[in-house]
Amino acid sequence: MKHSSFFWFVLPSSLMMLLFIAFPIVSVVTQSLYQAHDQVIIEVENCGPFGCTVDTSVDSEATAALRAAEPLGQWAGLDIYKDRNHLALDEVAQAWVNSDGLPDFGRTLMNLPFYDAMAFTLTYTAIVTPLTIILGFFIAIAVNAVARALRGPTIFFSLLPMIVTPLVGSLILFWMVDARGILGTSLQWLADDPTLSVKASTPMMWIMLMVYGVWHSAPFAFIVYYAGLQTVNTDTLEAAMIDGASRWQRIRYVIIPHLVPLTTFIALIQLMDNFRVFEPIVSFSAQAHATSLSYAIFNDLGGETRLLSSAAATSVLTIIGVGILLSPVLVRTWREFGSPR
Amino acid sequence: MSKAMRRSPAVNLLAYGFMITWLIMAAFPFLWTLWGSFKVEGDFFSKADWANSIFGTLTMVETGGNFTSDGYYGAWVQEEFWRAALNTFIVCFCVVTISLTSGTQGRYALSRSTYRYAFWFLLFALMFRAMPPITLVSGYLLPFFEWNLWGHLSTTIIVLVAINQPFTLWMLHAFFKNIPKDLDESAMVDGCTRFQAFRHVIIPVMWPGVITTGLFSFLLAYNDFAVTSMLLSKENQTMVPKLASFLGTTQTKGNVMFAVAAAVSVTAPLFVMIIFFQKQIVSGLTAGAVKG
Repeated sequence: MKHSSFFWFVLPSSLMMLLFIAFPIVSVVTQSLYQAHDQVIIEVENCGPFGCTVDTSVDSEATAALRAAEPLGQWAGLDIYKDRNHLALDEVAQAWVNSDGLPDFGRTLMNLPFYDAMAFTLTYTAIVTPLTIILGFFIAIAVNAVARALRGPTIFFSLLPMIVTPLVGSLILFWMVDARGILGTSLQWLADDPTLSVKASTPMMWIMLMVYGVWHSAPFAFIVYYAGLQTVNTDTLEAAMIDGASRWQRIRYVIIPHLVPLTTFIALIQLMDNFRVFEPIVSFSAQAHATSLSYAIFNDLGGETRLLSSAAATSVLTIIGVGILLSPVLVRTWREFGSPR
Repeated sequence: MSKAMRRSPAVNLLAYGFMITWLIMAAFPFLWTLWGSFKVEGDFFSKADWANSIFGTLTMVETGGNFTSDGYYGAWVQEEFWRAALNTFIVCFCVVTISLTSGTQGRYALSRSTYRYAFWFLLFALMFRAMPPITLVSGYLLPFFEWNLWGHLSTTIIVLVAINQPFTLWMLHAFFKNIPKDLDESAMVDGCTRFQAFRHVIIPVMWPGVITTGLFSFLLAYNDFAVTSMLLSKENQTMVPKLASFLGTTQTKGNVMFAVAAAVSVTAPLFVMIIFFQKQIVSGLTAGAVKG
């Protein structure tokens, strides 16, 4: 294809991606280096019979005017990254010196918002991704083993948790696990503790969010594996059978190697999606117990005072995180396709 | 199934048991919520006896019937959820149309180009796909405020199209790879320009891929919360942010049933979509993996 026609064909796509994905990244980086103007303070000297006092008050008009004139704010350099809500360098250094032992240091770290969000995001990604893959694999094996007539309906219902809007799906689970909901009541009965409430306990909340994560994405792994199972070579399976391989050995030495490339694909997609975990935290109103990086940004952006610079700094750190997460994949793709063939 | 694949009853039992457990896990929450959405709050969240939510004891007491559509009335009429539904329809329709138009063109060029920059283009698209949308949103807000673009449906549509573009490009990959190059090349030998070849030869054969990709663009637009909740003004809200706003306002009023009814309303179109397009959704999910 000629360069010129290629250019015209990809123009709409690339223009949009440039304007609304690449440019915002630049905008986020810029914004994170500035901070909102301080309020303009005026000092008024009041002199009365008992001497003079100096009152300070906020000049809201001047503040608004200043902020309107320079909406980006004032240059802050890397200050926002270093403050308590982000990397909190001072606090971390202090905690490192003062704390006795690593567990204590860890606890101090978890009280800092950014590290708290980071810890949850990473734990969520590290636990949900493998569980999704394992559960999806077993569902696929099970569905592949049942009568053909049952497979259609199974796929239909399995698609539901994945297709349904994440916010709605997690709300539905949240209502059921509410202390007055059916799952919440069952849990209380199982634990024999009528005051048990998922909402009030941090570990329970983390577990619940991860259960939601697995429930939401296992269908994806299931569908991909199921499609993969349809292309397993039956001759190889029968040959293994004749050679005396047991059921488990056939799964281990024939089916699993066949599914490995699919696992890489699922893992890649799941890593990307789990790292941005966000909606379940909103639905579960879990912010007191668990926040993720995406939620931290959302929280800064929402509300009356939009903390644009703070959100931007967290965004930049998140983008760096995504970059680190994806780097093995990128390097591999580059080696496979990028080198001249 | 060949003879060699016959299973022992124990394995069969295990497979069926596992599958049925999963089915209950997948379907039960939805059925439960659908059933409960026609009850009053006292039954849906039943402190006294969980059986209340099945038989609707309090619903009987409060409204005189076993079922009530108060939640739906409150959400759709009182809180004007219909307006949000209309906005969702507009947003989804435009997002799907625009992203398919630009996506198929772009993907066609990428699949036919033999130069290195086509590869780099796709690699960048993959990196963009990994970007959490909310990080981009924090980059939009200030420019959009400054240029008065904030709050309009059209802005959100363009943003959603752009965020969808990497998905669209990657998903169309498998489908375009299966369209033989000879097809458009012979059309060009017969005197078509590149664009005419695309218009008259490729477009008629690309429908299966387009329908599947369209479904996924629709889902991305329909399910989005991060972008729509941040970029739309209150009166332009689509269904998902509107539903989220019920959570804030109605829980204080003790009317969480509005949110339950709205949640069911949001789920219903998706349910219908799976009934009609199950095959396409499955092929879309596997497109990148199995064929690629």
